[in-house]
Amino acid sequence: MNLTVRYFAAFREITGVETEAVETGASSPSALFAECAARHDGLQKYTSSMVAVNDEMADWDSRLSDGDEVLFFPPVAGG
Amino acid sequence: MSYFEIADQAIDPHAFRQRLIDRSCGAYVQFDGWVRDHNEGKNVLRLEYEVYEPLALKEGLRIINEAKERFGVANACAIHRSGLLELSDIAVVVGVSSAHRGEAFDACRYIIDQAKIRLPVWKKEYYQSGAPEWVNCQRCSEAGHQHGIISTPARQ
Repeated sequence: MNLTVRYFAAFREITGVETEAVETGASSPSALFAECAARHDGLQKYTSSMVAVNDEMADWDSRLSDGDEVLFFPPVAGG
Repeated sequence: MSYFEIADQAIDPHAFRQRLIDRSCGAYVQFDGWVRDHNEGKNVLRLEYEVYEPLALKEGLRIINEAKERFGVANACAIHRSGLLELSDIAVVVGVSSAHRGEAFDACRYIIDQAKIRLPVWKKEYYQSGAPEWVNCQRCSEAGHQHGIISTPARQ
């Protein structure tokens, strides 16, 4: 299936891209993150972060569908 | 009155307070978060907040509503900055008005604590010496720290 991946803040700087169109068999954000981390050196070390799918916070084990936009957030630091 | 906003310009704490005045309330608690000149031994010159607004607005309002429900306060509002900030600028403001002070303190504390760990907001610090760095939640670097609904991606 075809998905869009978006990277924010430190992730955008590590990968050098803001948005990526990916063709993948990854069924969950967790599996997709592993694929992206294999492509982009430096993502692997992020073990705690957040993920959103289509502008809703999502679980790492949720099911992805064709056309989804997956947002990978590095550890947050508001306030 | 309850709202959560993102502002790309300076926050006016007095105008913010005016909107929370309520005749049924005997207590008002406001928290201002300021830009500090140091962090982890480094001299900070300024900082930059990146905010993913569509989700920050949703999650921020969710936190505000949780606080109102949990502590029974009459009004709760917050504004978080985005963009470039100088030292002593207000990075975030939280205001709560209620009949009595106890729940106002509790609700204000709840909102700022949750905002720091749940909003999709990232902070880049600019230092006197060395390259700018993205600051991570301190506890995120410790193994196993998770933020509520956050889970950990599978390790490879």
